[in-house]
Amino acid sequence: MPRGELAHSYPFASYTQRLADPCRCFSSRFMPPTPARKPAVIRFENVSKVYDGQSRPALADLSLEVDKGEFVFLVGASGSGKSTFLKLALRELHPSRGRVFVAGKELGRLSTWKVPRLRRQIGTVFQDFRLLPNKTVFENVAFALQVIGRPRGHIARVVPDVLQLVGLDGKEHRMPDELSGGEQQRVAIARAFVNRPMILIADEPTGNLDPSTSVGIMKLLDRINRTGTTVLMATHDANIVDQMRKRVIELEGGKLVRDQSRGVYGYQS
Amino acid sequence: MQIRYAFSELGTGLRRNVTMTVAVVVTVWISLVLFGLGLLVRSEVALVKGFWYDKVQIAVFMCNDVSSSPQCADGAVSGAQRTEIEQALSTNPEVRKVYHESQQQAYARYQEIYKDAATADIVKPVDLQESFRVSLKNPEQYQGVQSAVQGLPGVFSVQDSREVLEPLFKGLNGLQWISIGLAGGLLIAGVLQIGNTIRLTVFSRRREIGIMRLVGASNFYIQLPFIVESVVAALVGAALACGTLAFTPWVTAKLRTDVRVVPWIGWEETITTMPVLAALGILLAIIASFITLRKYLTV
Repeated sequence: MPRGELAHSYPFASYTQRLADPCRCFSSRFMPPTPARKPAVIRFENVSKVYDGQSRPALADLSLEVDKGEFVFLVGASGSGKSTFLKLALRELHPSRGRVFVAGKELGRLSTWKVPRLRRQIGTVFQDFRLLPNKTVFENVAFALQVIGRPRGHIARVVPDVLQLVGLDGKEHRMPDELSGGEQQRVAIARAFVNRPMILIADEPTGNLDPSTSVGIMKLLDRINRTGTTVLMATHDANIVDQMRKRVIELEGGKLVRDQSRGVYGYQS
Repeated sequence: MQIRYAFSELGTGLRRNVTMTVAVVVTVWISLVLFGLGLLVRSEVALVKGFWYDKVQIAVFMCNDVSSSPQCADGAVSGAQRTEIEQALSTNPEVRKVYHESQQQAYARYQEIYKDAATADIVKPVDLQESFRVSLKNPEQYQGVQSAVQGLPGVFSVQDSREVLEPLFKGLNGLQWISIGLAGGLLIAGVLQIGNTIRLTVFSRRREIGIMRLVGASNFYIQLPFIVESVVAALVGAALACGTLAFTPWVTAKLRTDVRVVPWIGWEETITTMPVLAALGILLAIIASFITLRKYLTV
């Protein structure tokens, strides 16, 4: 039996996890907040989201914080509210109730024309890579800088660096369809990271990749996390979560059911 | 940087939807031609009105030797009769000014107006009528003057120029409103077509746009290529419309030799219409883009 699977499985997940996770409970419940604490880069305050025409909320009264430099897995079944959570953080959606803070800004008070500036501080990676098929690897990464008006000299300097970081040096002039899935995801990560964002949001980045390729991608995300970038990753990949032993936030039916600092995947899909 | 990007996308954008672009150009072209025609008819009416209303409202034709009508049974108007008529006109409070046109002057004018007509050689000064041309203080108040001189001896007929001109003005006004109305309908079609083209382009470029939004490209930056594309298409349509309307001076030059009673507009009026058309085209494109982009390219 995989480690801890029965004990942490639904429906007792939240309770058992809280018991099994004394460290976080203790610090958050019984101790005053330590002054040296890093500022939260993502903070949800009693956030609810009800989609138009639906009675059941996609998120219900969710409150949580993600600190600077953290690596956080967001887990939960399909429909548990993971995507809604990510969209709220990207300000693609507005909460029905509550407040969302990202990178020190309250998104509800952010005027529309300032949203692009917010998104420059957030890199985003998706399961389906979302590369431009008619552009080379280099151009795909450079595109992210061009469209925010970075000068050419800067682009020529920065893009090779980030391609080297993701392990794609030498493949600058390949087209996306000449690359493997793992390599395409590396291009997408390079594009998300090239502007050195404060936060990297990854929505099932390994969803289309085989296990060994996924490990490589996770190593890359870990390396990016070590540069100080906060990584928030929604995933269904139990192996990865179990191996990385990072903070795990579990949503179920729009509610936070588990927040564990060195957690495992913990529920059976 | 941003401007360069917008223009680098321009060629691809216009090619991508070449049929829609052609449709936009043609619609804008025809609608602006109609609109321009409306404006030109309007300035023609203004020109004719100014020309006639300034000069003469009432013409009092007097008997000559060849007049056969009963009121001219006594033959040509005598000197005393002429003075009496002039007296009656110049003492009338409605009258601003009275001009006398002799048979000789009438002949000169006839020769000028009917230069190419066959009758020009046959007609002699004695065949024409001398007349008093009366301008009124208020062109609308002509009945008083008309009745004051109508029955006087030596008067052949009193003609109110408005009777001649009103039907013309009515026709021209009708023409003006028909062409502006048609233009209005087509302009709406143009706006919708520009909107549709943008919608198609947004759809065909949704990948790029999605990525641009994700990496934080500004709205203006994302929208600029679309606005530039539609403005260029509208400007091409406006240019074609101006080109089409440039035929107007030739047409009126021809009309000027055929129909000499009224003045005709020429290059000056045509050229002043052109910036209006260009501005309207640009305005149209910008309005259409903003409405569509607001709907389909929200952050």
